[in-house]
Amino acid sequence: MSADDLIELRDVEFGYGSRGVLSGINMRIPRGKVVGIMGLSGSGKTTILRLIGGQLKPTRGTVSVAGQKIHELSHDELYRLRRRMGMLFQFGALFTDYSVFDNVAFPLREHTRLPASMIRDLVLMKLNAVGLRGAAQLMPAELSGGMARRVALARAGALDPMVMMYDEPFTGLDPISTGVIANLIRRLNEALGATSILVTHDVQESFGIADYIYFVSAGVIVAEGPPHALRDSTEPFVHQFVHGETDGPVPFHYPAQPYERDLDLEGSR
Amino acid sequence: MIGVLDRALRRIGHLVVDGVWKLGAATRFTGYVLARSADSVRRPQLTLNEIYFTGTLSLIIIIVSGTFVGLVLGLQGYETLKRYGSSEALGTLVALALVRELGPVVSALLFASRAGSAITAKIGIMKATEQLSAMEMMAVDPFARVLSPTFWGGVISMPLLAAIFSAMGVFGGYLIGVVIIGVDSGAFWSQMQANVDLREDILNGVIKSAVFGVAVTLIALFEGYDAPPTAEGVSYAVTRTVVTSALAVLALDFVLTSFMFTGV
Repeated sequence: MSADDLIELRDVEFGYGSRGVLSGINMRIPRGKVVGIMGLSGSGKTTILRLIGGQLKPTRGTVSVAGQKIHELSHDELYRLRRRMGMLFQFGALFTDYSVFDNVAFPLREHTRLPASMIRDLVLMKLNAVGLRGAAQLMPAELSGGMARRVALARAGALDPMVMMYDEPFTGLDPISTGVIANLIRRLNEALGATSILVTHDVQESFGIADYIYFVSAGVIVAEGPPHALRDSTEPFVHQFVHGETDGPVPFHYPAQPYERDLDLEGSR
Repeated sequence: MIGVLDRALRRIGHLVVDGVWKLGAATRFTGYVLARSADSVRRPQLTLNEIYFTGTLSLIIIIVSGTFVGLVLGLQGYETLKRYGSSEALGTLVALALVRELGPVVSALLFASRAGSAITAKIGIMKATEQLSAMEMMAVDPFARVLSPTFWGGVISMPLLAAIFSAMGVFGGYLIGVVIIGVDSGAFWSQMQANVDLREDILNGVIKSAVFGVAVTLIALFEGYDAPPTAEGVSYAVTRTVVTSALAVLALDFVLTSFMFTGV
């Protein structure tokens, strides 16, 4: 692992019982960069994030974050490291009983002994950065999907983490909200001096903000490179994915028995 | 024939293996809840919030039910005692029935259906909407921050609710026996005072309700934590909490009563 890399996955395998999810994953995430992990639903992208966050342990291989093998850490060591990580969940995962203000204040209150007045100022600054200072007193149920995602972003960045992880941040958002979130991810990465990992299948937005992209299919990395190189890639899966083609290595039809047999037409011929 | 037998044996085998797995998971879960209890002591506000959620919000149902149970006990007790010419023992009958048996058991059943179901739904939804995962990723242990305080909140609330239930029941019995029917007030209270033993009756009732509090709260927490992250999964978990808790309370009541009151 070079000094420039903040995170490294080496020869990682993971599965649930006999069902394999990831195999032979090698990945390097350099400091200060935005790295995208793209692939179909169920290809193992979120599992990679959970391995980096220490919520799952690899069945083989190593996952290193800031020079520490995350799966070998004790409970306390893992939680100490997580204080320097932020994660944006697919639908925000805001605490529904807390106001927007209290959601963003949560990590500050849990991990610092700052006076209430300073926490208030910090929370308002974080909310201002995502354009929601005026929504501080609203409850999560009163927010739109895009606003909830922005609040979650403010909360994830509350402790100025060294690494930000985004799990499908654009899912279910309108084009304006998608653009706002993409812009914020890039801006926050630069403002915090953080490293960002972006799990998504949104080609347009991720190609616009990522420095480097890994393509994952069926648990293995099938392609990697900077966005401009992948856009012109001739690798069949990447080409189908990037251009949204309906048929290719990923077939339109789910595997099934012959159509005639399903319709009971074989005997009538 | 062999095929049917084979399928039946496989089914039984799966049920046994699933049961053992779940028992193991529940035991490990209980271990985590207890091991992460330090925050519940260090930050009493967390536990107090849960006492409000499980206890204070259950007060209305406990007070109303306790009063009605007392009213019925007063009526039934008076009718029975009158046949033996000992209607002045009504206070003793009402109090003993409540502190030894009905107070802990009925309030535990009500606690399971009001607070237990609420705990399961809350934890199940927090898990389904990734709030517990978000907490973990913010380096806040959900066991220390949510599950342990809820457990201790339930354990502390349950004996208090049972005591309030019994007190309201005695009040109901007094209302029917003394105020409505006309049993002598002095006899009602003095017989109760003379025949209800602090250790034998009241303390044993408190122990019972504390054990029920542990059982119901643990079942509710585990079912919520173990629920599949879907609307249907959470709804089944809530049902399982109420049913399993009710059965556990009745079974534990038999075991505890056997030890406490018959010297087994």
